[in-house]
Amino acid sequence: MTSIEVRNAYVDFPIFDAKSRSLKKKVLGKVGGRIGTESKVPVIEALHDITLSVRSGDRVGLVGHNGAGKSTLLRLLSGIYEPTRGTALIDGRVAPVFDLGVGMDQEISGYENIMVRGLYLGMTRKQMEKRVDDIAEFTELGDYLSMPLRTYSTGMRVRLALGVVTSIDPEILLLDEGIGAVDARFLNKARDRLVDLVKRSGLLVFASHQDDLLLELCTSAVWMDEGRMKMHGSLREVLKAYKGKDPYENISPQTAARLGVEKPVSASKGGE
Amino acid sequence: MHATSTVPAAGESVAAEKPVPDRRSWNRAFADIRDGVTQRELWSHLGWQDIKQRYRRSVLGPLWITMSMGVTALGLGLLYSQLFGAPIGTFLPYITTGFIVWQFILGNLTEGTDTFIRNEGLIKHLPAPLSVYVLRTLWRQSIMFAHNMIIYVIVLAVFWGSLTKSGYVLTDNGVPQPGLGWSALLAIPGFLLLAVNAGWVILLFGIVSTRFRDIPQVITSLINLMFFMTPIVWTTDILQNRFGESAGWRDLVVELNPLYHLLQLVRAPLIGNEQSWHHWVISAGIALVGWILALVVMRNYRSRVSYWV
Ligand SMILES: Nc1ncnc2c1ncn2[C@@H]1O[C@H](COP(=O)(O)OP(=O)(O)O)[C@@H](O)[C@H]1O
Ligand SMILES: [Mg+2]
Repeated sequence: MTSIEVRNAYVDFPIFDAKSRSLKKKVLGKVGGRIGTESKVPVIEALHDITLSVRSGDRVGLVGHNGAGKSTLLRLLSGIYEPTRGTALIDGRVAPVFDLGVGMDQEISGYENIMVRGLYLGMTRKQMEKRVDDIAEFTELGDYLSMPLRTYSTGMRVRLALGVVTSIDPEILLLDEGIGAVDARFLNKARDRLVDLVKRSGLLVFASHQDDLLLELCTSAVWMDEGRMKMHGSLREVLKAYKGKDPYENISPQTAARLGVEKPVSASKGGE
Repeated sequence: MHATSTVPAAGESVAAEKPVPDRRSWNRAFADIRDGVTQRELWSHLGWQDIKQRYRRSVLGPLWITMSMGVTALGLGLLYSQLFGAPIGTFLPYITTGFIVWQFILGNLTEGTDTFIRNEGLIKHLPAPLSVYVLRTLWRQSIMFAHNMIIYVIVLAVFWGSLTKSGYVLTDNGVPQPGLGWSALLAIPGFLLLAVNAGWVILLFGIVSTRFRDIPQVITSLINLMFFMTPIVWTTDILQNRFGESAGWRDLVVELNPLYHLLQLVRAPLIGNEQSWHHWVISAGIALVGWILALVVMRNYRSRVSYWV
């Protein structure tokens, strides 16, 4: 069964400098008797005592200020960072879309990137070859797909990554806020595929600052603050506490209409 | 995971609730390697991509590898056969083959230290077993080796006569060599054993180098020394001739050099030199010790690599 089980997890980043990076300095430093000045490597505690259980069907939004630990938490949930203390058990095929400015080889083409991403997500070459036209069409990148990745804007990279994850059936979908970098029209299109995908796939964790996207894709939410889970509850409650106002107050009528269930909610809002 | 619950100390049942940290476990180290190997399509694709990428802007493409090896082999072969007064028909193939195998060893050592550092972006963006990157490097090096073997085939064709002659010598008064025959096929298992050794070297040095960034520099500066210490452009015959039967410690310079044994695994069969079982035994021993070391490091530091890169 698809699930993620995190218990009392901490993530501490060691902050190395030129000295602590060097084996020579480490060895000589000890021999030289300067043990007193030989300090421990400083750490940044990016996640503090996280206990979180996400099961199949859950759609969790992540909110919090910059540097709160959202991206780090997503990487913990993907298995990229294993907790320095505590445990994280991940059961299922993970498909992450993280911040896309860096990461891939900048020289490979868009087509190559689609293939590599697909292979990482557990697809075979054959399966990807079948999908590549479909993905190319979805991204609307046209001739750019033959150009090296370094010529892409962030939004274009997001299109690629979204195209790949939405063309397969991942069990665990992890999206970082970077996906907000695409333009409104494309986001509309992608959202439909994402909603569809979320219905099929096991679980979703999505970090975002965009209320409407969160409302559409998530049901519950976690509020991260300085590496801690400040609040975990239904999406509406968490957004209310985080933003200090009801999230449904200022969504556009179209969004409200699309979300469907919102009619009674917006009505009650008027009464407050 | 549940191993601790089988021995619950009477008063400590509450404390026993604490999850067992399992990031340092043999299971996960082995699982990493197993999963990595099964993702063959991924690492072979990445390995090929490296080759295509590197030579994308050159007209020759990957054949550039072959070309530069050809020029080097020709230059070294001509020069050193003159210097040592050796018959070019056997000495040039000797140097060429030795240099091709050396390139493989060198590539794995130097690019091995770089394996995880170079893949930082991917490691932080897409979850995958670490061994995928080890195999990517090893595969890339194997592809380059295959390209270089074209030169071997050419040299073989040109000097077929001298190499197949039983009792040929590499340098004057050298040990008579059996000459090329079917035993050349032993180069295949020889290469496999060499690659098994390359595997632990990449894994071990790769992990350690992500933590201590001066290790690649140390390796790079030692590797030049190793090139000249290993019989590649010279032969053990020369050592024997120079110092007689009792070369003594001078013999040890060769015999204690692990790279010599690994080199001989592949070179000796390819050019019809006398093969010795002791190279196999020593190389297998190095593989065993090396893999144990690499697995211990893998068990303890596998989960730290994504923090260190
Ligand atoms: N690789 C890293 N090395 C050191 N510190 C890091 C690293 N990644 C994140 N951090 C730190 O961890 C904290 C949380 O960062 P992040 O998860 O990126 O926040 P968010 O995504 O919520 O903006 C920040 O203080 C950041 O500086
Ligand atoms: Mg972030």
